[in-house]
Amino acid sequence: MYGLIARRFALGLVTVWLVSVIIFLGVEALPGDACTAILERDAHGEALAACRKAMGLDTPALARYAEWAAGVVQGDFGMSAGGQESIAQMVGYRVRNSLLLAAGALAVGIPLAITLGVVAGLTRDRWPDLLFSTGVILAMTIPEFVAATVLILVFAIWLGWVPAIVLTPADAPPLEFFPEFILASTVLTMLMIAHVMRMIRASVIEAMASDYVQMATLKGVPYWRIVFRHALPNALLPAINVIALTVAWLLGGVVVVEVVFNYPGLGRLLVDAISDRDLPVVQAITMIVAATYVGVNLVADILSLALNPRLRSHRARQR
Amino acid sequence: MSGAALSTAGRARGVLRDMMARPSGAIGLTLVTLHLALALASPWIVPYDYKSMDATGTLTGPSAAHWLGTDHLGRDVLTRVMLGGREALVITGIATPVAMIWGGLTGVWLGLRGGWPDEVAMRVVDAFLALPGILPLLVLITVFGTGGEVLLPTLAFFFGIPVIRVARAAAHEVVARDFVSAARARGHRPFDIVRREILPNVTDTLLVEGAMRWSWMLLGFSALSFLGFGVAPPRPDWGLMVSDARVYMSLAPLGVIAPVVALSTLIIGINLTADALAKTLGLDRSRKAVI
Repeated sequence: MYGLIARRFALGLVTVWLVSVIIFLGVEALPGDACTAILERDAHGEALAACRKAMGLDTPALARYAEWAAGVVQGDFGMSAGGQESIAQMVGYRVRNSLLLAAGALAVGIPLAITLGVVAGLTRDRWPDLLFSTGVILAMTIPEFVAATVLILVFAIWLGWVPAIVLTPADAPPLEFFPEFILASTVLTMLMIAHVMRMIRASVIEAMASDYVQMATLKGVPYWRIVFRHALPNALLPAINVIALTVAWLLGGVVVVEVVFNYPGLGRLLVDAISDRDLPVVQAITMIVAATYVGVNLVADILSLALNPRLRSHRARQR
Repeated sequence: MSGAALSTAGRARGVLRDMMARPSGAIGLTLVTLHLALALASPWIVPYDYKSMDATGTLTGPSAAHWLGTDHLGRDVLTRVMLGGREALVITGIATPVAMIWGGLTGVWLGLRGGWPDEVAMRVVDAFLALPGILPLLVLITVFGTGGEVLLPTLAFFFGIPVIRVARAAAHEVVARDFVSAARARGHRPFDIVRREILPNVTDTLLVEGAMRWSWMLLGFSALSFLGFGVAPPRPDWGLMVSDARVYMSLAPLGVIAPVVALSTLIIGINLTADALAKTLGLDRSRKAVI
């Protein structure tokens, strides 16, 4: 098992390294660089050369990649293109705020998704299942910005229960986001529930149709005991990986939701940086998201390996 | 699979009939057909010019002259909703098949070839998939700017990457079968094996996958438009319209509701169609992972 974990870990590192190469090459392909962006119309002759020298852009690409990568490993993402601010400082509070939003969605969403998924799976094709499954299709097919806009329209404008957008500055203490953050978190929760619930429903249906459940039924085990002791432990194990994928999806989906609610997180910073064509900031945010994605999936893999002995032997045979 | 003896056209007609027999297929196909017909006909049947502004009648409610009211510049909302899906449909309608073809062929080839190219390519695919949602699209837009000539290849490229995985897995299942070994033993070239033995057996999977990808691509495209990186104003687009009308939501809610309904019905239609297609072809999508 430790060999498998080590292998996963190494693969994760390779993935993060490849992402950094892809991002660096993507930025290299750009016509112009940070200096042409800062100097705009004055970007020619001596001014350009001096700026490039000051920012170290006159060294070869490979050397710059090595320097950038070395900085990133130590948590130093360099300076933003526009101002003189260090990216690590800009990003700090934003990461915390985005994590806060995701944590809120996960704390409510996962228990709810598991409950709904189990109920839908056990009542397959009867009314609770049809009701929840229709809800899932709606939640999965409606874009984040649409769901967010509709929620604002109903709960903030027509009913006036909660504030429509977030006005708290990025560096405020977490508790100050509280009433404003509810709607944003609700949108993420809704979309997340849909994905997780669908998987859990399918895996509950599969477990209930299995031979061991039939065996238990035939030998007279009471229904609820079959569900909780035999079917659910097996059905819920794959949920770990689905939840990990959902966390990763939250990181991407959060971009639009943060813009809609004016929430001062990583996603809104990214959109602002793209509008300003601030490449170092875009690079940094992309690296953070990719590393988080790989990290979360790694943890999920290790957890499911630890909890499910069958996976260990099965995967070991496969490799 | 079972209909190997039928001609392609005959089989397509049979699949379509089966799909129409299911409620999801009937509703889905109707919605998609209506949207396509509207997108084709709308330039000739819209009541107003989508650009014509009226400073005296902004943000009005529904009236006989403007059935869905007007937006913040006094433009007719109905006209803009009718036209608002065209650009998205054209771009995603071209980008989806391109993504399916390049991703599908690459995946099938990797599945057949195996070995180190497969290993290397899958690591690169993993790296790209580590950038979730519209993030990679946003990064490329930072680099190359917006506009259809950037968006189309960008969407086709990024949406093709997960297809590599799906096609590779589908090919793996087929490669192990006896008829592929037989073709190899007969000394067929890899190209012929892919064309005659493998592709016919993975097209069903890729078709269903393509329908799903199409709806995701539409979601991605409208999200980009909403963020201001998609269709350039004053051209009408649902995502852009929601983003513009959002500010005036309390005054003229129809400006938001109308494009939302248009976009949602199209996407729900595509999803229901994909569902019915999967069930008709005997592929159960509910067991597949989200990525």
